[in-house]
Amino acid sequence: MTGPNVPGQPAPRSSTSTREGREGPGGPRRVRPSWHPAGLRSPARLRQLGVLVLLGLLAAVVTGPTGNSDHPLRAAWDSIADPRIVLFLVIAVVLWLIVALGGQLRTLAVRWTTPVREPVGAAYGRRGGPIALNLALLAVAIIAPMLFSTAAQQWMVDGVGIYALLALGLNVVVGYAGLLDLGYIAFFAIGAYTTAYFTSQTAMPWHAPFTLNPFFVFPIALLLAALAGVVLGAPTLRLRGDYLAIVTLGFGEIIHLLANNADGVTNGARGAFGVPHLSIHLLGIDYTWGIDPLPYYYLLLAIIVIVMIAFGRLERSRIGRSWAAIREDEIAAEATGVATLRLKLLAFAIGASVSGFAGVLFASKQFFNPQSFSLQASFFIVAVVIFGGMGSRLGVVVGAVVLQGLTFYLRDLVAPADRYIYFGAVIVTMMIFRPQGLVPSRRRRREIELSEAGVGAADALGAAPTGARP
Amino acid sequence: MGFFDQFWQLTIDGLMVGSLYAVIALGYTLVYGVLQLINFAHSEVFMLGSFGGLFAARALLPDGGVPGGFQSVYLVAVGLAVGALCGALAAFTLERVAYRPLRRRSAPRLAYLISAIGASLFAVNLAGKEFGRQNVDLPDLFHNDTVFTLFGADVSTQSLVIFAVAIAMLVGLDRLVAGTRLGQGIRAVAQDADTAVLMGVNVERIIIVTFVVGGLLAGAGGFLYAMTFNASYSMGFVPGVKAFTAAVLGGIGNVRGAMLGGLLLGLVESYGGYLFQASYKDVIAFLVLVAILMIRPSGLLGERLGRAA
Repeated sequence: MTGPNVPGQPAPRSSTSTREGREGPGGPRRVRPSWHPAGLRSPARLRQLGVLVLLGLLAAVVTGPTGNSDHPLRAAWDSIADPRIVLFLVIAVVLWLIVALGGQLRTLAVRWTTPVREPVGAAYGRRGGPIALNLALLAVAIIAPMLFSTAAQQWMVDGVGIYALLALGLNVVVGYAGLLDLGYIAFFAIGAYTTAYFTSQTAMPWHAPFTLNPFFVFPIALLLAALAGVVLGAPTLRLRGDYLAIVTLGFGEIIHLLANNADGVTNGARGAFGVPHLSIHLLGIDYTWGIDPLPYYYLLLAIIVIVMIAFGRLERSRIGRSWAAIREDEIAAEATGVATLRLKLLAFAIGASVSGFAGVLFASKQFFNPQSFSLQASFFIVAVVIFGGMGSRLGVVVGAVVLQGLTFYLRDLVAPADRYIYFGAVIVTMMIFRPQGLVPSRRRRREIELSEAGVGAADALGAAPTGARP
Repeated sequence: MGFFDQFWQLTIDGLMVGSLYAVIALGYTLVYGVLQLINFAHSEVFMLGSFGGLFAARALLPDGGVPGGFQSVYLVAVGLAVGALCGALAAFTLERVAYRPLRRRSAPRLAYLISAIGASLFAVNLAGKEFGRQNVDLPDLFHNDTVFTLFGADVSTQSLVIFAVAIAMLVGLDRLVAGTRLGQGIRAVAQDADTAVLMGVNVERIIIVTFVVGGLLAGAGGFLYAMTFNASYSMGFVPGVKAFTAAVLGGIGNVRGAMLGGLLLGLVESYGGYLFQASYKDVIAFLVLVAILMIRPSGLLGERLGRAA
């Protein structure tokens, strides 16, 4: 595979923290020497202060009391008139001083945002990354839940585990193929309802004439979800990639609508109840995953590890390299014989099938209702992928752990619906300051930075919008 | 009663809702024309404008009874104006916070979509927190009588007001884009931004103005919507997707296409909702979207304002 031409020298990493190193291929970037106190009164600095103060006020409103429509502005006013505002303003000013005066911090920040300018091949990184680190993380993942309370263990399954799996699947669509799927949870719902249909005579009014062990439903759900993905993706992907986003958005909402309203088929808003637990009855082994969360956790962990290894190999395969080619330069990829439409569709279908697979696991925990398949759940998975780092398998899992961990930690402090205010803010903030995510994939980071410097692209959605300044 | 007995009533209802879709669709189409970008957070601009207009009209509403005459006109006008202003402010802030920093870095397209989703999520849930998560009704601002009957179908004051205001805005926008210097700038940027810069067009300004104009329309449309139905924090999503469908139906980037698409979608939905089941109205709009993408992705009137990609 040939990457885009990289003008400029591939500089060694150690020298990139100097100012010369910050000059991207598109010309020098702004670096304002600013650790002189006199600089504090410059208009740019004062503007920064204004922005930070506004953000402080916004933060006060976001964390302030809940209002109602009878007094629409009262809640906001109460949050601003509250003594807490002093704290937010102090934080804003301190942040401003740090930004304005922190020469050391700047160096650190520069190192964090240094463009990756290694040769194309090196950007894939070593195969599998450092093994010791991976094993240590795995050990932590195995041991940690044993130390938690049952509620936290339950959360490790329902919140972190399932969402990490979902995020790994969405990562194929967003991270590898560079497309956006906003109805991702719909495939999850397909998996869950398929399980209820095949494994229980009582969970839903509509059921199969026979019952299957949930393990046999995995391949069925996988295929059905992939099929739904192909049916949805085929007409849409021929067009602009960004249409896919809105079509999947509509699809997700419709699946939710159907699940919620079709009482005679899906049991409507009450949800399906009594889906059997996963169980093995084979060669003398009789084991059932019961209500105890730990066995489910280890099953999920095993699946996640397998999926991570599989997708790692997929990423380095011919298919994965074709996806990279499509992201970086779709026209060139097509010209060199990459079947762009088929590969995009493949990524979309693989993502969908992982979601369907996760749906089976989710359903076999006995009970689910359509609330779990809301649009916001889809957005949450997008937030996980973006926060963790698109294209980075470890990143999206870390994203799920951090974001869901935060949710768990804040469960008594923030109303469930209000959490999405923070997730929304996280998404925007990441896009502005760290689009490559918390644990970036080196390849993706390199793409984003090069495309921002005017070389190649970083997604499969066509040219950058108007008004972009290379 | 058969479909044909209801035909004219359905037509009138469809045109009324369709004109609202058209007003919102213009916001999508204008931004798409200029930036080649789907503004996913446009539905939240609509929602915020709607709340703004609703609260302003309610604050000025005298106690007890439905006002009449001049006072009704005044209240509707204030609601429209405040709604439009709130919409414009929301759109301006959105552009400033979620789009401009990315444009400065010339981020990849995916980043804009994701950033818009984040902004939308933030705005929806913040509104839910501040204004409560129930539906908020706007009290009647005028006596909603039947003004006249058309082929046996009742035409209410409300339909007339909405239709008249929406059409006035559509015509106004069409004139703005077709006939003014600003419109010339918008069309220039839509056709070829690089060349427009060379011709002395301030692209940055055009982009801001485009967002603001889209926000004005969506905000006023939001007030009209709240007048017909009600307002809620999550009200933006469904009309947003439908307005986008309308924009694609008419040919995205094409101002007159968005108007035609909006009215057509309103009609299709009104007839379809009667023939099938009202709760599946939203499904109809979605099917229209998928069908148009399969059969004629450039829309009925073609993608004229922007480049056909």
